[in-house]
Amino acid sequence: MANPLAQFEIKTLVPIQLGSVDASLTNSGLFMVTTVAAITIFLTLGIRSRNVVPGRWQSMAELSYEFIAGMIRDNVGSEGRKYFPFIFSLFMFILFANLIGLIPYSFTFTSHIIVTFAMALFVFLGVTVIAIARHKMHFFSFFLPKGVPMVMAPILVPIEVLSYLSRPISLSIRLFANMMAGHTMMKVFAGFVIPLGIFGGWAPLGVDIALTAFEFLVAFLQAYVFTVLTCLYLNDAINLH
Amino acid sequence: MGNVLKYKLKAAFSAVVLLLAAPPAHAAGLPQLDVEKFPPQLIWLVITFTALYLLMSKIALPRISQVLEERQHRIEDSLKKAETLKGEAEAAREAYESALTNARAEAHTVMLETHNRITADAASRQADLSARLESEIKAAEAGIGEAKDLAMGSLAEVAADVVMAMTEKLTGDAISEKDIAGAIDAAMEGRS
Repeated sequence: MANPLAQFEIKTLVPIQLGSVDASLTNSGLFMVTTVAAITIFLTLGIRSRNVVPGRWQSMAELSYEFIAGMIRDNVGSEGRKYFPFIFSLFMFILFANLIGLIPYSFTFTSHIIVTFAMALFVFLGVTVIAIARHKMHFFSFFLPKGVPMVMAPILVPIEVLSYLSRPISLSIRLFANMMAGHTMMKVFAGFVIPLGIFGGWAPLGVDIALTAFEFLVAFLQAYVFTVLTCLYLNDAINLH
Repeated sequence: MGNVLKYKLKAAFSAVVLLLAAPPAHAAGLPQLDVEKFPPQLIWLVITFTALYLLMSKIALPRISQVLEERQHRIEDSLKKAETLKGEAEAAREAYESALTNARAEAHTVMLETHNRITADAASRQADLSARLESEIKAAEAGIGEAKDLAMGSLAEVAADVVMAMTEKLTGDAISEKDIAGAIDAAMEGRS
């Protein structure tokens, strides 16, 4: 049986060295480029006919736009308008990465903690900068919920600070762990298809098909969760409590 | 014994060689924790995500929002136009109804006038006719009266002739005309 973790290996395709830093194009980098190209093609070619009554493809492009626009409107409000391109890019990037990763023999770069952590950290830092720029010192009142007696402050403030600081960690690990676990599971069950098929007939293959379908759900859901949480953090930054 | 040890050493050596030759992932554990592979991933993440952000914010999203706005405008225009057309249709319906009412009233007047005229005409004709008939009746009555008088006048003469002839036959004597006339006149007086 093939090693179920072999699919996560980073392979250098085009070695590039920037000074002492390794900037090689790897399979991960190649799929990032593919993802960006796929999103751009999906949207620009989908909208190119500019029909008043949209076709299927144009509907999907418009749907993705309206989905994120609605998410920002509901979770952040009108102030979130200017962050729309970023939130939209973030959602599409993760969604397409997850979906393209489901193609057999492809690579899922969202299954790497360093990628998801970099994105989560960027969101975390960006949101914190927005909050401090907006509310100045008042931002720190965020760590002491309103109506709490001052006696509780020594206990509550460290908890709130800790929960705030753990945001990028939970955000990145959720996505990375889901993608990695899902792909590993699929690989393990795929490995069972022949050896266990002798005893179980089509059952192991059926399980793998069900898992694949489930992974499509997870691919969308994790992109959605990552984006919604980003919106909620942004909302906290803009409106505090 | 020496040979066995030699074999064992050889086996151990080849095992070590096999382990070293195996892919590094098998030896290093999770590929996700391979720190050496972090920089190329991060660099390409920054490059591709920046590219995506620019492509989305400068090209894709403005195009989609333009299409959505155009559609919104189109819908609003159509609604407005529909509203205007509805108003026009309403006005046309009202104009039609008022025209219909006018036409009805006019038709009623014309009908009434015609009826009156016909009635008047018929009445005048009736009057003419009855006047003519009246005069004709009068003329006829006058004629009849004349004829009757004439007949009455000649009656006495005829009676005298008859009486004269009868008395001549019965008595053989002729009575004077004067006597007869007196007798007849007396008789007619008594009768009438």
